[in-house]
Amino acid sequence: MKYLYYPGCSLEASASEYDRSSRAFLTAMGAEITELADWNCCGASAAEAQSRLLALALPARNLAIAEKMGIARDLLVPCSACYLNLRKVTEKIRREPDLLAELNTVLSADGLQLSGGVRVRHLLDVVATDLGAHALRARVTRPLKGLTIAPYYGCQCLRPYKVFDDPEAPQTMSPLIEAAGAAVHPWQMGARCCSASLMTAKPEVGIALVADILTAARGADAIATVCPMCQMNLEAFQAKASRFAGENLAISVLYLPQLLGLAIGLSESELGLGFNLALTAGLRNKLAA
Amino acid sequence: MKTSPRSTPPEAPASAHTSLTDIREMVSACIQCGTCTGSCPNAHAMDHTPRQLWRMVLMGEQDLIFKSKTFALCSACYACSLRCPRGLPLTEAMAALKQAAARANVPAFRPSARFYRSFLESVRRHGRVRESEFMTLYFLAMKNPLLPLKFAPLGLKLMGKGKLHVALPTGAGRGALDAIFDKVAELEGRS
Repeated sequence: MKYLYYPGCSLEASASEYDRSSRAFLTAMGAEITELADWNCCGASAAEAQSRLLALALPARNLAIAEKMGIARDLLVPCSACYLNLRKVTEKIRREPDLLAELNTVLSADGLQLSGGVRVRHLLDVVATDLGAHALRARVTRPLKGLTIAPYYGCQCLRPYKVFDDPEAPQTMSPLIEAAGAAVHPWQMGARCCSASLMTAKPEVGIALVADILTAARGADAIATVCPMCQMNLEAFQAKASRFAGENLAISVLYLPQLLGLAIGLSESELGLGFNLALTAGLRNKLAA
Repeated sequence: MKTSPRSTPPEAPASAHTSLTDIREMVSACIQCGTCTGSCPNAHAMDHTPRQLWRMVLMGEQDLIFKSKTFALCSACYACSLRCPRGLPLTEAMAALKQAAARANVPAFRPSARFYRSFLESVRRHGRVRESEFMTLYFLAMKNPLLPLKFAPLGLKLMGKGKLHVALPTGAGRGALDAIFDKVAELEGRS
């Protein structure tokens, strides 16, 4: 299983533990990953708010580099926003041949060319579909017994393109969590929006969404995420959300590969657990038990 | 687009094309059912619901649209796009409204536009966004000395984990992605 790997800007900074744990988990599970050379920002939500063409050209440059490298057909992306921006280009050029020509006009200025042969895959898709719960169960050395995990998918790995999961009622994380020895927290908030960049731009709006999700997670030991934006919104504003909701909403929030990595015996430092902003003493005690 | 050194990102030209015709085309099959409003996690904070906004777009109410906070509050969750019974690309239409508002230099959208522009300026310079640099560019563009305080609690948390590196903006001249940015500007008639 060979993949090209696109970390994205967040994974170089505020989400460094997502990068570290993704690489460690994938490698331990037998996947071979090669980082995309000279990759650039996907445009996040900023390019789309400024220019239609720039919002497509930035991810297209990465796809063109992936084609040129030619090591693998699949480009694996852990960040849901990067994933959607990259995926959007592949979906659109299949339907609009004129767009491919337009993008190639832009890319040729940078000495690059795009044909559309790369498949963009979300980390969760690769872990759930290619690696699978069965293979995971066989590798578990430290089952997460007694833990209940709330699977949080967010938006952009699910919508608008239905690729590997139900975009309204996602479930691909559940078999993985169970294979790791933990129980799945029953809730309806897995596909609800975390407010994304509104938490920074309009915090008074974002906090209501964050508080709703954290409130519904009560009873779970931790929330599992697959996106640095979701992770940041759910872990960094818990005190504020608690004041907003009038109750203590503190809960541990981990990236999915951190959680699954613990179950297959990877160390806390290999998984970057020290970088998480919300790890409760309760969870630490259960992990130590 | 010139690549001469500059300390703050440029404002979008006020004169550029601000026609809402393309966006009207995107939502022309809207039947005003309100599924978008019912699906929107941020509708509670909007002055016009998404359904009302699409009606305003269909009626060509440019002034009303650009005064509304609605499109700036779209967090791109794609729930409306997924559920729209007419299959309209509503999230993309929201993004197109943001682009139009940035081009028209709409006052209510100016802080958001500066935020996005600062982000992209960091990307143009380095190919990737440097989180602390982009926030510094944003603070400079906003010219509000109290603004950084709003972000201090999060900044301190990230700094405590060694995730935030305070850095002054660098590389205002030739940037890593100049070729791409310049070509896009040329094709969009902005150069």
